[in-house]
Amino acid sequence: MSAAARATRGTVAIATERCKGCELCIPACPPRVLAMSDARNARGARYPELAPGCTGCGACLLVCPDFCFEVYRYPGGA
Amino acid sequence: MSEPAAVRTGEFLPRLQLSPDHDLCPGCGEPLVLRLLLELIDELGLAERAIGVVGIGCYTALAPLIDLDVIQALHGRAPSLATGAKRMRPEALLFTLQGDGDMVNEGLQEVIHTAARGESVTCVLLNNGVFGETGGHMTATTVLGQRTKNTLEGRDAARHGHPIRLCELVAPLGGAAYVARGSVHDAAAVSRTRRMLRRAFETQLAGGGFSLVEVLTMCPTGWFVPTKEGPGYLDRVLGEVHAVGELKRDGKLLAR
Amino acid sequence: MRRLALGSEAIAEAAIAAGCRFFAGYPMTPFTELLESFAAKLPAVGGACINAESELEAIGMAWGAAATGARAATGSTGQGLALMQESLPELVRAELPLVVFNLARGQGDYFQATRGGGHGDYRIPVLAPIDVTEAVTLTQLAFHLADLWRNPVLVLGDYLLAHTAEAVEVRALELGALPAKSWAADGSGGGRRRPRHVSSLGTTPGAKGIDPERAWRALAAKHERMAASEARFEEESTEDAELLVVAFGSLARFARHAVRELRREGVRVGFFRPITLWPFPSAALAAAAARVRRVAVLEQNAGQMIDDVRLAVLGAAPVAGIGGISTDPSGFGIGSLLDPEQVRGRIAGALA
Repeated sequence: MSAAARATRGTVAIATERCKGCELCIPACPPRVLAMSDARNARGARYPELAPGCTGCGACLLVCPDFCFEVYRYPGGA
Repeated sequence: MSEPAAVRTGEFLPRLQLSPDHDLCPGCGEPLVLRLLLELIDELGLAERAIGVVGIGCYTALAPLIDLDVIQALHGRAPSLATGAKRMRPEALLFTLQGDGDMVNEGLQEVIHTAARGESVTCVLLNNGVFGETGGHMTATTVLGQRTKNTLEGRDAARHGHPIRLCELVAPLGGAAYVARGSVHDAAAVSRTRRMLRRAFETQLAGGGFSLVEVLTMCPTGWFVPTKEGPGYLDRVLGEVHAVGELKRDGKLLAR
Repeated sequence: MRRLALGSEAIAEAAIAAGCRFFAGYPMTPFTELLESFAAKLPAVGGACINAESELEAIGMAWGAAATGARAATGSTGQGLALMQESLPELVRAELPLVVFNLARGQGDYFQATRGGGHGDYRIPVLAPIDVTEAVTLTQLAFHLADLWRNPVLVLGDYLLAHTAEAVEVRALELGALPAKSWAADGSGGGRRRPRHVSSLGTTPGAKGIDPERAWRALAAKHERMAASEARFEEESTEDAELLVVAFGSLARFARHAVRELRREGVRVGFFRPITLWPFPSAALAAAAARVRRVAVLEQNAGQMIDDVRLAVLGAAPVAGIGGISTDPSGFGIGSLLDPEQVRGRIAGALA
């Protein structure tokens, strides 16, 4: 298991079709596990994709203007 | 190894939001404040005891998303409507939602008098330093050097006058009990702003008088910057003049 | 029990008898005493009266109060009503009841009251009392009509009405049942997916977009229904009249007195008084004017109601203005025309 995977303590569901591609979530994520996709949604926007290492902190949810994030924590860690 | 069961700690939408669907620009800071307001009102158990009075600006489009009783005001006029509503429904939580063009240009008189009279309402100012809805023009809060549609070379004191810092204008008024300025340029700022809004609501609920929370919000469209540079611009350019922090608590001015 | 009461006081009492619990205003002659009366009387019934920082905020406060379902009112004189012009049609479009008092300086606010200076298509019923006794009735009627139609209603008085004391009895009138204000944003509607949004923008909670064309057409249709059912007037000795005198408000009292006097002398003169300036009682006026030789409009201005009179009469008889601008050195509207001899002379002159 990778170091990042061991550090994964949470996850997010992302409403990718709603995303407008503003990218505010990218620098907001403390472990930097969000990166914009290559693909585009029906709006024509690229959207965030989650890599291992999410801590479930919810920062992305706080900064997203389009309500694209749902946040989960794994109790007791991965 | 099987997947441990995940606990949902954050939902797409606050319970008091009817829909996520709005056409505000990518990177707009205003919806972030809506989330905070609706979450707080729900936490405080006030869904059936709250009235929002919404001004006219980009954020007006958010009003239909609100699962609370709402009164739509004209540009600048939300504080007077909130005053009348609060006098008739003193048990309700009254808040206004207004932009800087609305509150500090058109409606400066209203917010000042509402604060001076100590009306127990909470005025929320979404300050992005521009008239967003009409295309990004200078307002009273636009900072010197800031480029807008009608100050394309940057606001110049000699030609366009100086910005008004609203919290600093309202805080000294006797009827103002809680005055604070937050921002939403990163998650930590959003969390701090949430605490300010909560304190403002608590002030109102305790019958403590007028509260004002100004929130600096991103408007990359109005600022002519790429969307992802909005937060940095907010912090550096607007935040430099409109300093974040609490100005007054429990009716006492705080040292800054 | 009848007692001597100043018009301003009687109006405030009538409003409170009708259930008005909110008033906001800004002092301005000759409206100031109405604000004073509300300030003195509302707290005792658990109401609120606020000295607003300007007339703009006064109507704003009343708007907020009305939006929660309370019976609310505001007022001023003509110049203050001028400041309220943006809000009035927005209140119409938000379908909010509100009673607005214009205690005018003379009769020069007829156009302002009936046409309005606000944006877009809108109509506001205007009630013009002739004296303090009628003002007590019309004030209560105003609150009733405002709730019935979900529309602002304007009560148009003047200096004489505000500052004349008459023996009146203020009793709450029974004007008919009204539906509950289920539309009111009183704070209790949240959290169940169907909140109350009071808005002039035509938005719907939970939905994107608006349809102003549909909303404004529905409003126009409502105003046509109001026009068809709410016109009120008074007429006297019109059946065999050769000259028909048309007047409104305080000046009409002088006109009616002169007409009665002339009638006693055998002169065939009739009197017609619109009580609602909108909807203007055009059909009734047309009927009254159908067989006269002449229509004379007595109003204390440069000629405003005469436009509506001409439209109603539609050429059936010549229409002449026998009033005119008449005011006192203060400009508050107590002009020399407000005199029984003067008025009689103008009417007699129209007979020639």
